[in-house]
Amino acid sequence: MTLELKGVSKRVGSEVHIYETSLALAESGFNILLGSTLAGKTSLMQLMAGLEHPASGEIWFDGRNVTGVSVQQRNVSMVHQQFINYPNLSVFENIASPLRVARLPSQEITSRVERVAELLRLSPMLKRKPAELSGGQQQRTALARALVKDSDLVLLDEPLANLDFKLREELRDELPRLFADRGCTVVYATTEPAEALLLGGHTATLYEGRVTQFGETSRIYRAPKDLVSARVFSDPPINTAAVERQGDSIVLNDRVRWPANGLAMPDGPYTVGIRPHHLTPRAAGPNAVQVSGQVQVTELSGSESIIHFDLQGLSWVSQSHGIHPHQVGDDATFYIDTQHCLYFDPDEALVA
Amino acid sequence: MARIGLRQLRHSYLPNPKSEADWALKQIDIDWSDGGAYALLGPSGCGKTTLLNLISGLLQPTEGRILFDDVDVTAMPPDQRNIAQVFQFPVVYDTMTVYENLAFPLRNRGVADAEIDSRVREIAEMLDLTATLERRAAGLTADGKQKISLGRGLVRPDVNVIMFDEPLTVIDPHLKWLLRSKLKELHQKVRTTMIYVTHDQTEALTFADQVVVMQEGVVVQVGTPVELFERPQHTFVGHFIGSPGMNLLPAELREGAAWFDGQRIDTAKAPGSAEPGAKIEIGVRPEFVSLDDSGLPAEIVKVSDAGRYRIVETRCGATRVNLLVGEGIPVPADHAFLRFDPEHTQVYADGWIVN
Amino acid sequence: MAVRTTNQKAWLFVLPVFLLVAFNALIPLMTVVNYSVQETFGDNVFFWEGLRWYQQVLHSERFHDALLRQLAFSFIILAIEVPLGIFIALRMPRKGPWVSVCLVLMALPLLIPWNVVGAMWNIFALPDIGLLGRAINGLGIDYNYTQEPLAAWFTVVLMDVWHWTSLVALLCYAGLCAIPDAYYQAAKIDGAKPWAVFRYIQLPKLKRVLTIAILLRFMDSFMIYTEVVTLTGGGPGNATTFLSIDLVKIALGQFDLGPAAAMSLIYFLITLLVCWVFYTLMMRNEAD
Repeated sequence: MTLELKGVSKRVGSEVHIYETSLALAESGFNILLGSTLAGKTSLMQLMAGLEHPASGEIWFDGRNVTGVSVQQRNVSMVHQQFINYPNLSVFENIASPLRVARLPSQEITSRVERVAELLRLSPMLKRKPAELSGGQQQRTALARALVKDSDLVLLDEPLANLDFKLREELRDELPRLFADRGCTVVYATTEPAEALLLGGHTATLYEGRVTQFGETSRIYRAPKDLVSARVFSDPPINTAAVERQGDSIVLNDRVRWPANGLAMPDGPYTVGIRPHHLTPRAAGPNAVQVSGQVQVTELSGSESIIHFDLQGLSWVSQSHGIHPHQVGDDATFYIDTQHCLYFDPDEALVA
Repeated sequence: MARIGLRQLRHSYLPNPKSEADWALKQIDIDWSDGGAYALLGPSGCGKTTLLNLISGLLQPTEGRILFDDVDVTAMPPDQRNIAQVFQFPVVYDTMTVYENLAFPLRNRGVADAEIDSRVREIAEMLDLTATLERRAAGLTADGKQKISLGRGLVRPDVNVIMFDEPLTVIDPHLKWLLRSKLKELHQKVRTTMIYVTHDQTEALTFADQVVVMQEGVVVQVGTPVELFERPQHTFVGHFIGSPGMNLLPAELREGAAWFDGQRIDTAKAPGSAEPGAKIEIGVRPEFVSLDDSGLPAEIVKVSDAGRYRIVETRCGATRVNLLVGEGIPVPADHAFLRFDPEHTQVYADGWIVN
Repeated sequence: MAVRTTNQKAWLFVLPVFLLVAFNALIPLMTVVNYSVQETFGDNVFFWEGLRWYQQVLHSERFHDALLRQLAFSFIILAIEVPLGIFIALRMPRKGPWVSVCLVLMALPLLIPWNVVGAMWNIFALPDIGLLGRAINGLGIDYNYTQEPLAAWFTVVLMDVWHWTSLVALLCYAGLCAIPDAYYQAAKIDGAKPWAVFRYIQLPKLKRVLTIAILLRFMDSFMIYTEVVTLTGGGPGNATTFLSIDLVKIALGQFDLGPAAAMSLIYFLITLLVCWVFYTLMMRNEAD
């Protein structure tokens, strides 16, 4: 089953919610829509589902143009950030509801519901009402309803956002397994880069109504097409600075230099992007280059240090394993791992 | 600013609590020093919000006392305790400007106009709200509103403690990051006692000097982030803190050492002995497990890329063991040997650490 | 193959409503428009009159007086019912067994048919045998609503307040219940006095609900008919003859269909205009 958007756009009044977008989703694994709130993730999903009609363009599913086909006539499931269940129905009936609509024989309904409940560890709760469940179990019920239907397209709109940290971790681990080998296209919206990475699959980065890049998740994380995509896919935010290539060197702030061996880019001005974990208080290898700045904030979790410092007017962040207890106001030294630097040209496109 | 003492504090939402399960909060004794940053961390329903509301005075404890600088405030209403609170959903006074919002707690206390003005402007500067002072508060984004609620606490020069009840819940991740470090920066600047309630370990660990981990109304461990990370006193802390949490392997004690699956595992301290019949487990965090040429044989189940590192899920027999592997280090396809860092490998009996 | 199969069946479901609205509102309204520009002496004989009836109505003192009375009435009952309704809503319990008792008591007046309300108050306020009338006279105040305009107004207003304040109170109560606890807790911590809590939290949060309550109460009171007719019949003299009552007198008493039609259209437009002004004023600050 493949879903393809061909030049799809969406306007509400004079406001553009989605700029012209062409996207062919992957058939297996998750298709992740990554972007901040209001970047257009939900709008895009509503277009995919057929809940909204595009202002222009076509939506093709499995070789068929489904633009304008209503959501009832497509085999689509959707799970939202809020836990949406029928409050007066038992968990069993909640899961069974799409099958009842499809008028399946009751024996088959029972067996399918039980199978899915087993998978989502809801079996002991089938008789309860949603209000008697924990948040995690309520969301499992909503997921079970999406699973039981055997939809061609499953849309998950930030399904874990309202869950406790640990529950989120647990369910995030299970989700890809649940949908594996089901032959359906899965779309998953999230605001968190870390979640996108751990879910794997393919990712589309969204920014202000545009899909800035689409590709295999870990590949586009390491090679963002442009600065915007790099920013969307970095948490903590990616450190940036204006640099210049002068012959064999990259020069930062006239003082810091490192060799430009093997970088295929002509002399001139660039923007360098350095993810916080490639900027560490200890040298990561022979390619490390030293910079120093004044410490502004230190955040020490039990296993790592996040240090914000001022590098001649630039606010940079370093993230590293271990505890590095710098005091606020101290001058501290950090090492740039130059092997992992990203370079963007003045048009913000990735060059190396 | 104040020291805070909780003395044999218990609370139940029922009028006549009988069984242990009726208590939302079971016996708490804590001393917090002046100017510290503290976090209450635990899953939903663990009693952390109850504890917060007891300290702020929004709830009256069933038993026990609350002391601010040795003064018993247990019977005082919230406005007399001189505390401030930032709630999960931003609370601003919609019809007022940002300025009026910040001035509100001072006006209610009859502070002179000139002093109000200077305090409000100072705090607005600190919170980067100066440019929006004349705007209506209702029009601000969630993070702006959350800054206003914090500001209403900071303007009061005499505030004893500022409390945060999951303040970043409704904030976008990109801004969450900024607001989180802003809070840390503010604490480092103003040094007011702050108490932060959350289920998110990253928020708790980065914010607090000392974290109180709670589960089902009980304090499981109080410690610095490093202590909680390196030496969890209970397997719950090991599991709840860290992502993924601590690996737990079923074990037995023999010859003064811990054994897993017929292999002797070196641990931080020789485990001695435990109560007979106790459930023995070896605990080691994924950060302290590495790939090696020899050691514990394991089967590789799944490798997930987390960007900075990969989370490798393996199976040693029937037991799942996770480990973190840094960028650029190769991971074998199916079989591997695991090594546990003995310094950071602990033994637990019935959940509690064995000394 | 571009299959555009947007579900067209939906229109079928909307069709009955269209027919109903047409039958209910549009056809009668057009009939009134038709009457308002013609003169008829029965037998389906019509003469074109243009805007004459409109001019006549707009210049008639009788119309001005009735309109003034109507506006005054609406203004008075709004001025009483809205603050009183808010006050009652603030005093109602938020939880516990008394909630349902309160709600039922408050809803009772709303469940009584309008003509019954009029008849009830008619008897209740009679100076000789009515409980209210006798009580007031017993206090040494000369009170007879069938004789004195002031007493008649007092009774009509009192009746409306009794009948409709609960609507305002119930709407406000629903609005108050929707305010999250955190607001009250924040206010407590900020040291706000009860008045400040009302002024800066409750009132702003009630704004939408109040807009609806005021609109409903304005429209209803501006078109009040049954209760007043049953109670005072518009008297004494014309003291409580509101627009609606006057309209019926002209149309069905004098059978002046043309002027009555013109008058009802003007009446309709005034109601619409006032509602629009209210709504715009109350929603003006919502945007920024």
